[in-house]
Amino acid sequence: MEKNINVTLKIWRQSGPKAKGKFETYKLDQVSTDSSFLEMLDVLNEKLINEHKEPIAFDHDCREGICGMCSLFINGHPHGLDPGTTTCQLHMRRFNNGATITIEPWRSAAFPVIKDLMVDRSAFDKIIQAGGFVSVNTGGVPDGNALPISKVDSDEAMDAASCIGCGACVATCKNSSAMLFVAAKVSQLALLPQGKVEAAHRAKAMVAKMDELGFGNCTNTGACEAECPKNVSISHIARLNREFLNAKFKD
Amino acid sequence: MWLIDSSIGRKLIMSISGVFLVLFLLFHSLMNIVVIISPVGYNKICEFLGANWYAVVGSGVLAAGFVIHILYALYLSFLNLKARGNKSYAIKNNQKSVEWASQNMLVLGAIVIGFLILHLFNFWYKMQYAELTGAADSTTAANGVYWVSKLFSNPVYSIIYLVWLSALWFHLTHGVWSALQTLGINNKTWLPRVKLISNIISTLVILMFMSIPIYFILGFQPQV
Repeated sequence: MEKNINVTLKIWRQSGPKAKGKFETYKLDQVSTDSSFLEMLDVLNEKLINEHKEPIAFDHDCREGICGMCSLFINGHPHGLDPGTTTCQLHMRRFNNGATITIEPWRSAAFPVIKDLMVDRSAFDKIIQAGGFVSVNTGGVPDGNALPISKVDSDEAMDAASCIGCGACVATCKNSSAMLFVAAKVSQLALLPQGKVEAAHRAKAMVAKMDELGFGNCTNTGACEAECPKNVSISHIARLNREFLNAKFKD
Repeated sequence: MWLIDSSIGRKLIMSISGVFLVLFLLFHSLMNIVVIISPVGYNKICEFLGANWYAVVGSGVLAAGFVIHILYALYLSFLNLKARGNKSYAIKNNQKSVEWASQNMLVLGAIVIGFLILHLFNFWYKMQYAELTGAADSTTAANGVYWVSKLFSNPVYSIIYLVWLSALWFHLTHGVWSALQTLGINNKTWLPRVKLISNIISTLVILMFMSIPIYFILGFQPQV
């Protein structure tokens, strides 16, 4: 049922990486409950531009929950309160008329703010570059039936591969740990025969890069799993620990 | 050295020292309930674990376990604070599935250590230490029943110990399964089981410990 609501937005504004940021309060009237959260921000930006003010910078791309570009810490939760969804999948019908919505950027030493609500998540790319791949010359496509993979393993690998690298796990973790992300990226390859060959090297290289970039140490609070828009399980972290420890003891 | 430089290496030390301390607690609590079942037997245990060389070596290893666990906890907490950055969220909520204990392990650990010092003064100082230094009163040093009765005849101490043990229970409920997760002994099927096992172990240990002050609060006295 469509209706319009009035909301008060408390949004973090920061003009650059070095600048000292602060919260600004904006009132937005007649927001359609059918609009998505990001559309609401678009409307606000449109309004700011018409008033000759600086629009709010925030990350977004596909707006259908698969690219991992949107972020935003909304009312104390990454991607908003709803579990298993990204910010772009959040709709204004989840808010009451007259609600105050606090929007902050991801906060972590490894994710510095670029501007307003936009943070630099290239640390994740560097972790992937350290070993999150399979180095093979693909050549011709081999017969799929030549490499039998159990349904259990393929499902588990697929679940890990659903990680979109948005960084919600780091944002919500009290230790700012990237273990859920690294665990998902290690698991999706370690479970499959093509990835197993380099599994030991991959676990060591990616964990070393993660530590080097200043992410924290996992204390198994499970906050990451609870907030992950793709519901990636912390059981992948146990696998990462196993892979890493096995690799180290073999050395 | 990867046990210091890498995050998983540091956590490995944390989990191994933690598992070692949990095993010690299991051993300690099993001996404690002997004071209710057989006070004479309890005094025999106290004598056996007095100033003998094996008991002294055991105490040294145990103390080392505590020191390593605490030092690593402080180091890890410092690194984690640094990783969080210098700006904190204006509003930060956790989902319901996030255990309270898991977010407060350092505080719970500090409470446990605070009371541990009191506990060492209450018993270890008057028993093994007195025997080692040959201080006065060393004849009663191995009389565990005497020291237990003396302390817990004061209900204030019984209550203090119960509060201490509750903090330890919270610390253990997260600590035990967390250690297993860090050691990689976990998967999707076993995650709820590992958590259940962890709850059973911590509850069992704490109930055995708590039974002694409760025994005294209820008005019972062990008779030698």
